[in-house]
This record gives sequence, structure tokens and C-alpha cells, in this order.
Amino acid sequence: MGFSADLFSTGTLSQLLVGLSRTTILFIVSSGMSLILGVLRIPNVAHGSLYMIGAFAAWTVIQFLGGGLFAFLAAMIVAPMIVAAVGFVLERGFFSYLYDREHLMLLLLTFAFMLILGDLVKIVWGPEYRSVTVPAFFQGSAEIFGLPLPWYNLFLLLVGPCIAVFLWLVINRTNVGKIARAAAVDGEMVGAVGINVGWVFAFTFVLGSFLAGLGGALIAPMVNISLGMDHSLIMETFLIVIIGGLGNMWGALLGSLIFGLTQSLGILVWPQFGIAFPYLAVVAVLVARPRGLLRSTW
Amino acid sequence: MRKRSIAQLLPLLLLVALVALPQVLPRFHTYVAAIVLLTALLAMSLNLAIGYTGIYQFGHAVFYGVGAYGTALMLTRSAMPASLAFLVGPLASAALSLVMGLICIRLSKLYFGMLQISLGSLVWAVVYRWYSFTGGDDGIHGIPLPDGIASPKGSYYFTLAVTALCVFAMYRIVRSPFGKAIQGIRDNPVRAEAIGVDVKRHQLASLVIAGFFGGVAGSLFVVVENSVFPDMMFWTFSLEVLIMCLLGGMYTFFGPLVGASAIVLLRVFASVHTQYWSLLLGTILTLVIIFLPDGVLGVFVRRYRAKSSN
Repeated sequence: MGFSADLFSTGTLSQLLVGLSRTTILFIVSSGMSLILGVLRIPNVAHGSLYMIGAFAAWTVIQFLGGGLFAFLAAMIVAPMIVAAVGFVLERGFFSYLYDREHLMLLLLTFAFMLILGDLVKIVWGPEYRSVTVPAFFQGSAEIFGLPLPWYNLFLLLVGPCIAVFLWLVINRTNVGKIARAAAVDGEMVGAVGINVGWVFAFTFVLGSFLAGLGGALIAPMVNISLGMDHSLIMETFLIVIIGGLGNMWGALLGSLIFGLTQSLGILVWPQFGIAFPYLAVVAVLVARPRGLLRSTW
Repeated sequence: MRKRSIAQLLPLLLLVALVALPQVLPRFHTYVAAIVLLTALLAMSLNLAIGYTGIYQFGHAVFYGVGAYGTALMLTRSAMPASLAFLVGPLASAALSLVMGLICIRLSKLYFGMLQISLGSLVWAVVYRWYSFTGGDDGIHGIPLPDGIASPKGSYYFTLAVTALCVFAMYRIVRSPFGKAIQGIRDNPVRAEAIGVDVKRHQLASLVIAGFFGGVAGSLFVVVENSVFPDMMFWTFSLEVLIMCLLGGMYTFFGPLVGASAIVLLRVFASVHTQYWSLLLGTILTLVIIFLPDGVLGVFVRRYRAKSSN
């Protein structure tokens, strides 16, 4: 072991930036999961598959439109909408009939969907790696304090807070958001005052799926788009919503920050097992606060 | 009354059939039968935690994997007698189960499950990357086995004997006062606490027992397969074992055995014909959850009970 890098070197700073842009993706995906978990009480294992579909769909849209900035931005909107449509079908077709089942059954059902969606992606897109190039507009890097910071990472750092504000507005300032929050506390009562809870649930699931798809589309230029990219992400997302407090959106943000930063800085400290640091952080948080950092809606 | 005695004879008949099996089956099928046996043991050990104690044990494959790696590492890297290796694996699983249990036990049901499955994926990640010790993603192959159990028939009979012994032990545990206590905790933890059952301690004990038998199944995997690899403790396999329990019937003792046999055999035969095994498994699981939430054996048991109470 031993510190392999000076803590205040440029390497640390650029690793910090990598960590922050990773945080953005983690936040977008896990806020979607937290939303679904908080309102619908579904621990959605298939959330990672939706993220993967988002990435593959973004690739297809960019191929279809022939690349360039326009194609890229279009993909960032169209791909999540495709994923949202998948979410709509899952919610209306299956979950809406099964909300009274135990959590265990719902979790296993989402696992079944993960298996099915994984193979469907294999059928539609094939088993090969896909990659998306960053559009010319985002190529190159800015120099801040003599450090090269890739434009795309800065773009992600801009997108993250925008999504957070957007979600806050939807949840706190729109009717459907207020109803969803009420349904999270007591769905039966919301139904009793004459509101169609089913459609609020559908809206929540679709919004959550949209966020998963957006996360997938945004990460597409930074990774190899491949089968199995859902497997590791879903565990990270689980941990994030647990330490943040189930169903709490700001908790998801805090959790993503803790996770993304300990991950990227941990790799610097101990390259081989840096992956363990976020987990240690999670254990530390849970020993101190077993129900997560912020108030859970559960 | 007569019907009941037939139902009690069934396990014995099954055992006799299993002893005779390698005499009539070809080599590959004997190997498959051994895999079925140890997977059944794995599923039944998970059922102790989830079906009998009501704990959301979502990361069970980790204990299976640690048992296998414990045994494999002892056999390849130490000069200790082989018999010790088969003890070290399961004990390592039990110890890990205790540690993870202590971290997770304070959390409520779903929280517990989600944290356990995520911590399990940490164990997987460490095994996956620690090339110098665990062989990383290649795993460990060609593990030397003691003479008696190295042949296909030898490994089958060893697996059968150990599995039968463990199943018998688990049966006794479930029927013991301790078994009654954990079932009481499953049905109503508040009431169990009120009549003086130490809920947390019983849950922890149940987790450790389940982890131990899961580890035994892992050790048997080393005997049958001669190798270990990190994917056997990946979280998707944990949920697959959970599917076996669900398919067979979670609130019955032998249900997981039925479910495990069905899934393993289906997988062996499906893999010949299709590369879309996940699609098939996912579809089966969806159908079971929607139409058969009590599992195959659960349905029979319910019908049988309804009949006998008439």
C-alpha cells in the first residue's frame, strides 16, 4: 500500500474532476431509482438495464443522424424518451397489478426484467462493444489553474445541478409532484380523496426511467457501451440510495458525492483496491446513521 | 394417516434413488446430478434465512463463493491435510456471515437485503482483482483433490453424502426449539420479542448457520468442478438462488430442492439449444411471480393440507 501520489498534485485535482463528473452520472441514475423507491416502493434492479438501454439508444440515434453536435444533443433527449417508453410499458403492463405484493416479490420481478431486457439488448444491438465519440464542440479541454479539464466533463458538471433543480421543481412546485410525495407517505389516503393514484405511479416510474436513460446517454461518450454495463452500476446505485436515505432526492445527491469522490480518490491512494473505499464509507455512514444520512420517506 | 407416512417416506426413497443413480447414468449426467445436489443444498441453506427466519438474504452466493475459495486456497496453497480444507471453507463463510450480519442486522427488511447484496459485491470485486491471491477473474483451476473423491463417481458420492448429512442437520435445526423461535420471528418479530426471544441474536445465529451450509455447498463445488471462479459469488447468482427457492416454494423445507433441480437441469438442457438463457429464466420467473407466488411445492402442500383438514 502506501500513498502513490502527492495529495495536492495536479493528478489529484484531475482525479477530483473525474470523480465529480462520475458523481453527476451516479446522481442522475440514482435520483431516478430513489424516486421509484420512495413513491412506488420498488427496489428496481432493472434500473441498470434501463441505463444500459439509454446508452445503446443514444448510440443508435447518433448513428442514424450521422454524428455532429445536433445528433448528439438529439440523442440526449430521444434516448431517455425511448427508455421512458420502456418504463411506461413495464409499469402499466406489470407493476401496476402487483403493488400489494411483498418487496421480495417486486425485487425478483425487476430481476426478471433485468434478465429479459439484457437479452433483448443482445438481440437488438448484438454482443459487440459500441462507442460514441464526443462531438467536436465538446472536444479539447479548458485550462484552469494550468490543468487541462475536458470540456465534456465540464458539460456534465453543468448538467448535474440543472437536473437537480429540475427535479426539485417537479417534486415541489408541480401538482403531480406534490401528489407523488403525498402518495409516498400514504397512497391509500391519496386515492381516497379522489386522485387517480395509478397514473401518478405511472408518471413517477416513467420519470425515474427517463433519468436512468439520461444517465446512460450522458455516459455513452465516456465508456465502451457494452452488455453488462448495468451489473456494476446497479449495486453502486443501491448503496447511494441507502446512504442517502431511501426515497430522498437530496440524499441521492449526497450519496453520489460520497460515492463518486471516495471512488476516484481511492483509486489514487491504492490503485488495486481503490474500489473498496466507497464501500468502507458506506459502512461508516451506516454505523453512525443506520437509516441513511437524510430523512427517508419510508 | 396412511398418506402422511407415504409423504415421510419420500425423502428416503429419493435417497435410495440417488445412491443408485451413478450406476445407471453416463459420466456427464452423474456430474450434472452432483451439481444439482450441491445447488439444492445451497438453495436450502438460503431458505433457512429467507423462508424460515424471514431475513432478506439477497447476497447468499457470496457465502457459497467464500466457502469454495476457502477450500480451494487451502488445497492449493497450504500443506495442511485436505480434510481441514473442507472445514476451513464453510467456517470462513460462517465468519463472513457473522461480520456482514453484524453490519446489516440493525436495518429493516429491504434495507438489510440491499446493503447485504451491495457488500457482497465488494467481496466479489476484491476476489476479482486480487490476482496474486485468488487468481483474479481467471479463478483457480486444476485443484488437487484427495484420491478417494477425485474420480467422477467418488466426487458424486462424496457430494451426496455431505448434502444428505447437511439436509438432515438443517431439518433437525428447523424442527428444534431454535427453529420454532426463528419461525416465530419471521411471522411476528414484535410478538417474539415480547415473549422473551432475543430477536437479533436468533437472526444472527440463523444467518451464520445459513452462511455455513452455503459454504459447505461451495466446498462441494470444488470437489465436483475442480475449479473456482469469481462469478459464482456475483450478485446475479445470489438472486438466481433466490429464484430457486421461490420456484420450489419458500415456506416448505424441500421446496428449494425442487426449484434448484428444475433450474439447474433446465439450464443444462437449454444451453444446448439457445444462447438466450437469461430471457428464458426471466420469463419463467415472471410467470411464477404472477401466477404461482407460493412455488410449486407450496401449492401441493396447501392442497394437501386443505384436503387433510376436511
